[in-house]
Amino acid sequence: MPDGATQPAIDAPQEPVLKQIGFWQRFRKNGPAVTALVVMVLLFVIGMGYWALHGLGVNWPADPLEPNPPAQLIAPCWQHPLGTDDLGRDVMSRVLLGAHVSLMIGFVAVGIAIVIGIILGSISGYFGGWVDMVIMRFVDMMMCIPTFFLILTVAALLQPSIWIVALIIGVTSWMGTARLVRAEFLSLREMDYVQAARATGAGHARIIFRHVLPNALPPVFVTAVLGVAGAILTEASLSYLGFGVQPPDPSWGNIISGGKQYILDAWWLIVFPSVAIFITTLSFYVAGEGMRVAMDPKETKQI
Amino acid sequence: MVGAAIDRAEPEALTPMWTFIIRRLLISIPLLIGITIISFLIINLAPGGQVALPGMEMNPGLNPKVREMIAKQFHFDRSLPVQYVLMMKDMVTGDLTSFKDQRSAIGKVLERLPATLALSVMAFLISTGGSLPLGIYASRHKGRWRDKVISVASFAMLSLPSFWVAYMLVLLIVRVLHIPALGLSTFGVDFQNGFREAVDVSWHVFMPAVVLALGGIAGESRYMRASMVEAMNEDYIRTARAKGLSESAVAYKHALRNSLRPIVTFVGYLLPAFLGGAVIIEQIFGYPGMGRLMYQALLERDMPVLMVELTIGSALLLVGNMIADVLYAVVDPRVRPN
Repeated sequence: MPDGATQPAIDAPQEPVLKQIGFWQRFRKNGPAVTALVVMVLLFVIGMGYWALHGLGVNWPADPLEPNPPAQLIAPCWQHPLGTDDLGRDVMSRVLLGAHVSLMIGFVAVGIAIVIGIILGSISGYFGGWVDMVIMRFVDMMMCIPTFFLILTVAALLQPSIWIVALIIGVTSWMGTARLVRAEFLSLREMDYVQAARATGAGHARIIFRHVLPNALPPVFVTAVLGVAGAILTEASLSYLGFGVQPPDPSWGNIISGGKQYILDAWWLIVFPSVAIFITTLSFYVAGEGMRVAMDPKETKQI
Repeated sequence: MVGAAIDRAEPEALTPMWTFIIRRLLISIPLLIGITIISFLIINLAPGGQVALPGMEMNPGLNPKVREMIAKQFHFDRSLPVQYVLMMKDMVTGDLTSFKDQRSAIGKVLERLPATLALSVMAFLISTGGSLPLGIYASRHKGRWRDKVISVASFAMLSLPSFWVAYMLVLLIVRVLHIPALGLSTFGVDFQNGFREAVDVSWHVFMPAVVLALGGIAGESRYMRASMVEAMNEDYIRTARAKGLSESAVAYKHALRNSLRPIVTFVGYLLPAFLGGAVIIEQIFGYPGMGRLMYQALLERDMPVLMVELTIGSALLLVGNMIADVLYAVVDPRVRPN
C-alpha cells in the first residue's frame, strides 16, 4: 500500500466505520447488497417474532412441536402450505420456528468468535515479541485442525443444545479474526496518533480499546457478517448428521435430516428447509460482500 | 516461473530454498504435537469421553474383561501425560485398535487416505478450473452488472447446503438417468480392460468432487477477482498503460501473471473445507474415504479411530499448507528466502 490515500480508515482515525463519509452512499448504490440487507432484516423480524409468538402460545398455521399422527406426510395444501412431516407436524410452522435457532446460533457463534479473535489479535499485534509469537503459533495450530472434524467430535461427545452448538462453532472459528485484527494492529500501532496517545500517558488498555481497536474494526465487521452465514451452514450440516440441535426442537438441518428417508415421497421435507437455509446464508453473504466493497477504495476506483 | 526456479538449480543457489523447506518441516513438528495434545484432551476429557465407551454407560453389566481391555488400551491407570505418550506410541505402532473390530486404528484410517486424497485433488482441479476464468471475467467488469451477477451467483453456490446438492445430484444421476455413481466403482461389472475401469473410477470420484468443489469455486473465484483487482492497481500497470498497450494486453500479460501467485496459497484454505465436506458428501455418495469412516466412528463412539482421524486430518492440512508455502516461494521471488 504505497500511498496512504487509499486507506480512509487511517486518514480519519477517530471515525467509526458507519459514520465514514460515503459508506452508506456507496453501499446504497449496490442493488443486490441492499436487497440482501432488507431480506436479512425481514428474516430477523420473522424469526424472532415467530419465536416470541410461539412462546406466548400463538402458533400459525399449526403447532410446530405437537405430533398429529392422522396428518402424516400431507403434501402442501391450503391448510398446510408447506406440507406436514412424518409425525404430522406442520412443516411451515417448523421452518418458521427453526429460523430463530439458525439466527441465534449464527449470531452467538460469531459473537464468541469475534470476542476471542479481537482479544487475542489485539494483544498479539499490540505487544508483539514473544506474546505475539506464542499466540500466533497457537493460531497456526488451531488452523491446522480440520475445523469440521473438531466441531463434529466435540458435538458428538456433548449431546448438544442450541447454546452448546453455538459455543462449539464459536470457539473453533475465531482464528481468521485474530489474524485480521493482529494485522490491523501491526500497522495502526505505528501511527502518529497512537504515539500521541502514548505521549499523553494513556495506558495500554486505553490505547488498545479507545484508540486502535475502533479503527481495526471495519474489516472485522465484514468478517462477522460473512461468518454468520458460515455458522448457519455449519449448524445445518451438524444437525443434518444428527449431532447438532436435537429433536423435538426444530432446526433447518434436523428437519432435513428427519425428512431424508422420505425424499422420494415427501420432497417438501427437504426442499423448504433447504430454501430457508439458502435464502438466509445468501442474504448474509451478499450483504457482507456489499459492505466490504463499500469500504474498499480499490473497488470504487475506475480502471 | 518454473524455468526461473530451474535456472537457480546450481547447488549454492538451491541452498536457501532447501533451508526454507527444512525450516518449514521443523516448524510442523511442534505444531503436529500440539494438535495431537488438543485432540487427546478433547477425546479424553469431554464429558462422556472416558466412560461413554461403546455401550458402557448404557450397560453396567458389561463384560468386565472387555471393560478392562478398553481401560488398558487407554492406560487409564496412568497419569494423564503418560496416557498421552503411551497413546501416541500405540498409535504409531498400531497397538491402538478400533473398538469396533479390534483392527489397528491407524491402519483403518490410512487405507481410506488414498480415496480421500483423490477426491480432494479432483475437487481442487474442478474448483480451480472453474473459478479462475470466473474471477478474471468478474474483475474485468468490476462494479458493473456482470460482476454483480457473478458475485451473487458464486455466493449462491456457497449458500447451497452441500448435502442438499448431493441429494439432488444423486437423485438425478442414479434415480432419473440410471447412471451408477455411488461407491468407488460400479458394482458387479467386469471391465474388459484397465482403461475402462479407470474411467469408471474417475467418474465415481468426479461426482462427489463436483459437490465439494461448488463451495470452493465460490471462494476461489472471489479470491481470484480480488487478486486481479489488486494487481490492476499496481504502479507497473500504470507504466504498461503509459507505454500505450491495449487494455487487454495490460490485463492478461501484466496483471494476470502477478494475480495468479496468491492463488497458489488457496490450496491451504480449500483443503480443510474439502475434508470437512467429505464427512457429509462421502456419506451420501457411499464413497469409501476418511470422511465416511469419521462419521461411522462418531456414531459408534470409536475413540481410537476418532483420535487417529483428527491427527491424520491435521497432518494432511500441515502438508497442504507446506506445499502451498513452498510453491509460493517458487513462483514469487519476492518471498523467496535468501
